[in-house]
Amino acid sequence: MLELKGLYKTFNAGTVNEKRAINGLNLTLEDGDFVTIIGGNGAGKSTMLNLISGVFPADAGTITLNGVNITNLPEYKRAKYLGRVFQDPMMGTAATMGIEENLALANRRGKTRGLGRGIHAQERALYREQLATLGLGLEDRMTSKVGLLSGGQRQALTLLMATLKKPDLLLLDEHTAALDPKTADKVLQLTEEIVARDKLTTLMVTHNMKNAIQYGNRLIMMDAGRVVVDIKGEEKKNLTVRDLLEKFNIENDRMLLSE
Amino acid sequence: MFETLLAKLLTIPGALPGAVAQGLIWGIMAIGVYITFRVLDVADLTVDGSLCTGGAVCIMMMLAGCNVWLSMLIATVAGLLTGLMTGLFHTFMGIPAILAGILTQLSLYSINLKIMGKANQAINVDKYDLLISLRWVKQAILGNPLIMVSILIVALIVVLYWFFGTELGCSIRATGANPNMSRAQGINTDLNKVLGLMLSNGLVAFSGALLSQYQGFADVSMGRGAIVIGLAAVIIGEAVFSRIFRNFALKLLAVVFGSIIYYVVIQIVIQLGLDANLLKLLSAVVVAIFLAVPYWKGKYFRRPVKAAPAGKEEK
Repeated sequence: MLELKGLYKTFNAGTVNEKRAINGLNLTLEDGDFVTIIGGNGAGKSTMLNLISGVFPADAGTITLNGVNITNLPEYKRAKYLGRVFQDPMMGTAATMGIEENLALANRRGKTRGLGRGIHAQERALYREQLATLGLGLEDRMTSKVGLLSGGQRQALTLLMATLKKPDLLLLDEHTAALDPKTADKVLQLTEEIVARDKLTTLMVTHNMKNAIQYGNRLIMMDAGRVVVDIKGEEKKNLTVRDLLEKFNIENDRMLLSE
Repeated sequence: MFETLLAKLLTIPGALPGAVAQGLIWGIMAIGVYITFRVLDVADLTVDGSLCTGGAVCIMMMLAGCNVWLSMLIATVAGLLTGLMTGLFHTFMGIPAILAGILTQLSLYSINLKIMGKANQAINVDKYDLLISLRWVKQAILGNPLIMVSILIVALIVVLYWFFGTELGCSIRATGANPNMSRAQGINTDLNKVLGLMLSNGLVAFSGALLSQYQGFADVSMGRGAIVIGLAAVIIGEAVFSRIFRNFALKLLAVVFGSIIYYVVIQIVIQLGLDANLLKLLSAVVVAIFLAVPYWKGKYFRRPVKAAPAGKEEK
């Protein structure tokens, strides 16, 4: 269970560029919740994910994950609990290292890294099996450098890395935004399969309203650093893009959302 | 005119063993530079100071009567500490890596003077039990630097190859390749940067300890421009061998070969009568051009496209 209480984050405090990105945010996620997050640019979606993952510290408030207060843990220590996929396909993998080496790094998330082998022979079988589930043929290119892969392949690999060791919380920050529509669909499909298979608690930021409605069991909309809409259960199941637009009177272009 | 040139050329073979020996010793230093410059993706200028620190510590300990291996071990530890200093400047104090290295390098100038007590300390090869000396460069003994340093390099490459295959070694490589991803996978990138800088400067100081024995003295200015020589070795090694040497161990070997090529070329141009005062300028220009080539390639040259038969386009 994730609990955000009274979170605040201001950038460039005390200057003309002061921006209150997160403004008294409260949010509670139940175990197994798959939450899609929508909201215009500057609504605070990415900032919220970055606060949870510890890219920068919160000004005030607490972040509790499964009873552990992680508010002040450094980013690399929180990684033990979190799986993350970024918007930029280049960001989630090490380009100059092999596919299997990247997976081996991910497989040691949350462990102390000592002088044991960086990758064991028996791990390779596991990685081969896992890569095969992506259906991209990567299982036959395990020693290839990740830099040789396409954006979609890298994003699928990052998703696999994020979930290889089951995370307490999966954070997806517009992870299909940089992909072409067909590849984006494929990666989203994979996301849904993996989340359903491992019953992962998930936060997925998206700019695509259709995806936000189609995926997950709960939808929240953010504006000015807070949650302004929270739909779950039956209401979420029956939601349509038209509903969303009408019900909350969102100007499509103002919010910069795509249908 | 022709005869004098011929006479000069004939002196080259006799000078080659010395050049190769220097290349080997500096090759160890260049492996240190490779670890920061290529693995960690940081240009670490500490090496200009830590090379001399290694030499100074080694010579002073031997003059005080210590065993040569112990002296070299402590010299290496001193190198690790210089790397720690730069690493803490960079990670704990948030100083950009290049500036952190410059700060350490500058402070090491004073520290090296303090270690030696003066700017230059000589050691007599007849009175002390040195591991290598330039005097033995043409003798068939273990103390011949060509033999001894080659053995040391093979041992070092084996250990480094093993280390960079461990979990810790992989996390250092990941830190250099993509720090964001590394943190997301639970790697303490600050710690790994410090470890990489320490390892690198430990090797550089070890190389300095060998160099000071080879030449029979440690000098406060012996590391001046070392980073450029190290980079030259890394770049020449890559330019010549990158197509055939793909394995990490072979890449390290390529750096050593790069260093040997550098010293052999330098030796030849000196023998041909180049003003030795121009050497550093020449080195800098060569490194600058080699660094620029990949950039120019990407910017001004397009790869020729082979016409593919219809339906057989490359994916």
